[in-house]
Amino acid sequence: MIRDNNWFSRLFDGFNYVFLTAFALLCLAPMVHIFAVSLSGRAPATAGFVSFFPIDFTLENYQEVMGSRTFSRSFLISVLRVFSGTSLNMSLIILTAYPLSKSPRVFRGRFIFIWFFVFAMLFDGGLIPTFLVVKNLGLLNTLGSLILPNAVPIFSVILMMNFFRDVPKELEESAVIDGASHWKVLWYIYLPLSLPAIATLTLLAAVNHWNAWFDGLIYMTDTANYPMQTYLRTIVVELDLTNVGIDPRDLQRLSDRAIRGAQIIVATVPILVVYPFLQRYFISGIKLGAVKE
Amino acid sequence: MTFKQYMRRAWPLYVMILPGVIFVLLFRYYPMYGVVIAFQDFSPARGFADSPWVGWENFEFFFSLPDFGRIFGNTLFIAIAKIVADQVGAIILALLLNEARILLFRRAIQTLIYLPYFLSWIVLGGILLDILAPHGILNQAIGNFGAPPQLFLGSNDWFRGTIILSGFWKNVGFSTIIYLAALTAINPVLHEAAAIDGAGRFRRIRHITLPGILPTIVLLAALSLGDVLQAGFEQILTLYSPAVYRTGDIIDTYVYRYGLISAQYSLAGAVGLFKSFIGFFLIALSYYLADRFAGYRIL
Repeated sequence: MIRDNNWFSRLFDGFNYVFLTAFALLCLAPMVHIFAVSLSGRAPATAGFVSFFPIDFTLENYQEVMGSRTFSRSFLISVLRVFSGTSLNMSLIILTAYPLSKSPRVFRGRFIFIWFFVFAMLFDGGLIPTFLVVKNLGLLNTLGSLILPNAVPIFSVILMMNFFRDVPKELEESAVIDGASHWKVLWYIYLPLSLPAIATLTLLAAVNHWNAWFDGLIYMTDTANYPMQTYLRTIVVELDLTNVGIDPRDLQRLSDRAIRGAQIIVATVPILVVYPFLQRYFISGIKLGAVKE
Repeated sequence: MTFKQYMRRAWPLYVMILPGVIFVLLFRYYPMYGVVIAFQDFSPARGFADSPWVGWENFEFFFSLPDFGRIFGNTLFIAIAKIVADQVGAIILALLLNEARILLFRRAIQTLIYLPYFLSWIVLGGILLDILAPHGILNQAIGNFGAPPQLFLGSNDWFRGTIILSGFWKNVGFSTIIYLAALTAINPVLHEAAAIDGAGRFRRIRHITLPGILPTIVLLAALSLGDVLQAGFEQILTLYSPAVYRTGDIIDTYVYRYGLISAQYSLAGAVGLFKSFIGFFLIALSYYLADRFAGYRIL
């Protein structure tokens, strides 16, 4: 351990701690502000008196949001989407990555398959043609339009494939000598050894599904089918309060600004719940994929 | 080994890959066929096969519009400014974090600055629309210094700056991760040896730490080339308004408005294809450079 005890070094340390603390608090401040507003009464929230602590503390904004039928409906659609979409993503990532991780001798045609996927990742058909395909398949206004078009996240397949390739070959060889098929090798050897990568990619897929809103906006022509984030857009971005599903009489009592704040916070809570896991797995996973050589 | 012998063992591999192939064919390759609408006067009623062909007319029309230079310029300006701000910020933050010796402090700071990355642009946009509003908390704060309220999202003077800075807010913490990983990979023996030789703290940063992460800097610079047309579609679609089309409208938002709002499929398809085409070469080039100069291969 090196110690730098001269005064200049100490001054730098002091400055460094202050700067990093200030920067982190600045990153957090907007969220704290909205949180404080969401817990405030109508008058202070509307007048803009709230800074970082609630004034006239109330939970009514949250009660109002949770009680709204349209809000809970969109929340439910999003939950459904996260579970079905993530399961589909993970099944396809694993099933696609396993053959691709084999040598061309074991998996003939690997080269062609690899480029089939890589080209599809690099060249984008574009928004309009993709929209028309989804429309022609009759998927508009179905859950399928949210989970099928990106069912195979190709970059994740490549990360998974690279992870599979690092599984020691000896383990597989001994299983093969004992007569294990590729199904068994995948299930009993590759999957248990790849749990960190699987956890990482699962979290990534789940967060992406939870946060996605643009596909809901274009593929759902009926606003009743909007997932959470798309629904949230109509309220916090387009400021369309007719769609809030909240009794107008309640708006006499409550601030629409505080209600918007409460909706933003509710949409954030699921991310906060998984955030510790995200930090643990995702960050190691990112390093894994990004600095791989 | 005959083909039959080979298949007896290998057939599951082809069964496994089949679903992925089908999905990619349907939702990635079939839309590529759909780019023919860029060369047609497309109408959904007639479909891809029966719409009349018009050659390069849609492209010629688009290139003749004043919109072309505007959205192309905005896209490049915003995307490049974001890349530079993000990478420079991330390098500085990573170096500073690396110098902070109290582990708990580092963890706490990292936890706070990574968070915005995991929130959607709807959530962050909702927050920004509130705090940047004419009577929002930021305008109140600058009002305390006697400054008049500014339209951070509604004026052409501010919009790009707001976009670049809010993109920085969302992404910079996360971008530090990769530099921090590179920093921890530097052998501490180098630092100790330099210290024994009398190198002070700043000389060690200059001559050991920085050269140590140089390969990572080169790698990310090469890879970022693939992003110079990605100005941040979801962010801008959330935050922009007709008042700032002059400085904030980008290729993606233009395609969205013309294609899906005004149903001018062929014009939007042509603009989209133009972007996909350039984007393809940029990404391919970025991977080539990353391999050539930093030994990075995705496969």
